Amino acid sequence: MEIIIVGGGKIVYFLAKNFLAKGYQVSVINKDQEYCINLAKKLNAVIIHGDGSKLDYLEQAGASRADAILALTDNDPDNLYICQLAQREFEIPKTFSVINNPDNEEIFKSLGVDTIFNTTKLISLLIEQRVETTDVNNLLSIEEGRLNLSQVILKEDSPVLGKRLKELHLPDEIVFGCVIRGEEVVIPKGSTKLLKNDKVLIITLPERQAEAFDVLTGGE
Amino acid sequence: MYILIIGCGKTGSYLANLLSKEEENVVVIDKDATSFEELSAEFTGFTVEGDATEIEVLKDAKLAKADSVVVTTDDDNVNAMIAQIASELYQVPKVLVRVLDPQKEVIYKELDVITMTPTSLLVDKFKDKIVRSV
Repeated sequence: MEIIIVGGGKIVYFLAKNFLAKGYQVSVINKDQEYCINLAKKLNAVIIHGDGSKLDYLEQAGASRADAILALTDNDPDNLYICQLAQREFEIPKTFSVINNPDNEEIFKSLGVDTIFNTTKLISLLIEQRVETTDVNNLLSIEEGRLNLSQVILKEDSPVLGKRLKELHLPDEIVFGCVIRGEEVVIPKGSTKLLKNDKVLIITLPERQAEAFDVLTGGE
Repeated sequence: MYILIIGCGKTGSYLANLLSKEEENVVVIDKDATSFEELSAEFTGFTVEGDATEIEVLKDAKLAKADSVVVTTDDDNVNAMIAQIASELYQVPKVLVRVLDPQKEVIYKELDVITMTPTSLLVDKFKDKIVRSV
């Protein structure tokens, strides 16, 4: 496996180190000479000082035989250009790009980048999940947000405590995935009773989500 | 005609002034508002301050309604991204882009985008004059 990484910082260093440990061949392209000199001292990889969005430097990095390219700069237009050049001029089969502006996910996808790391979105999602300011969390958006998987923690003021699922008045577009009770996972049936501190996972259409939350938390 | 010009440097502003004088409907986007000082008193179009690689800025400037988009920022990679958004994603009928580094033309090979590379044009002319005058 031959991988080209364009970008800098600690991430690129550790990624390259990781890939090398797996026996991959790694080339790194970076515009900063000092960074390149440092990296060359530490890694047994091809380090190229130059602009990764230019043909010459990609060529030097072995683009014509690379299996994958990772565009990890902090500049989205640069990342897009790098991936497209790699694809169109060198036919590198797999392109990966970080995007800094979360709105660019769709654009990059439409313009042919294979795999996109939407770091801003990932971090904000993780924070939303970890910082429990609320008893309602969106865990996952499926099919570009046409379907949501969310988690609701039933607090003591929830109106559904002690009720069976079949007694709840929920819209049809809401599916109970499972109930997490302590360490136990309960696959819900109509007869399942809801208890305090249950984590309820529900699958909903986004437009009905608020309604489901209201039923489960008693909120308006 | 509705013409969107992205990048209000010498080329962008000069073109905006000319088109506006000919009574075309012109909107200019630049991330630096001071660049709009290059626009003449005769310029009657609108200006949008913002980074045109942000899709919201392009939407604000009504990209979807544009008959022509001219991309003339001083960054080739930025130009490539904006030109493709306009041409591939928004199907703008005519997309023109200025390419600074002749190496960067390759990305447009398969695209319905008109490229202008001043360096190549100039070099060709110079070469012509030199060779002919010898």
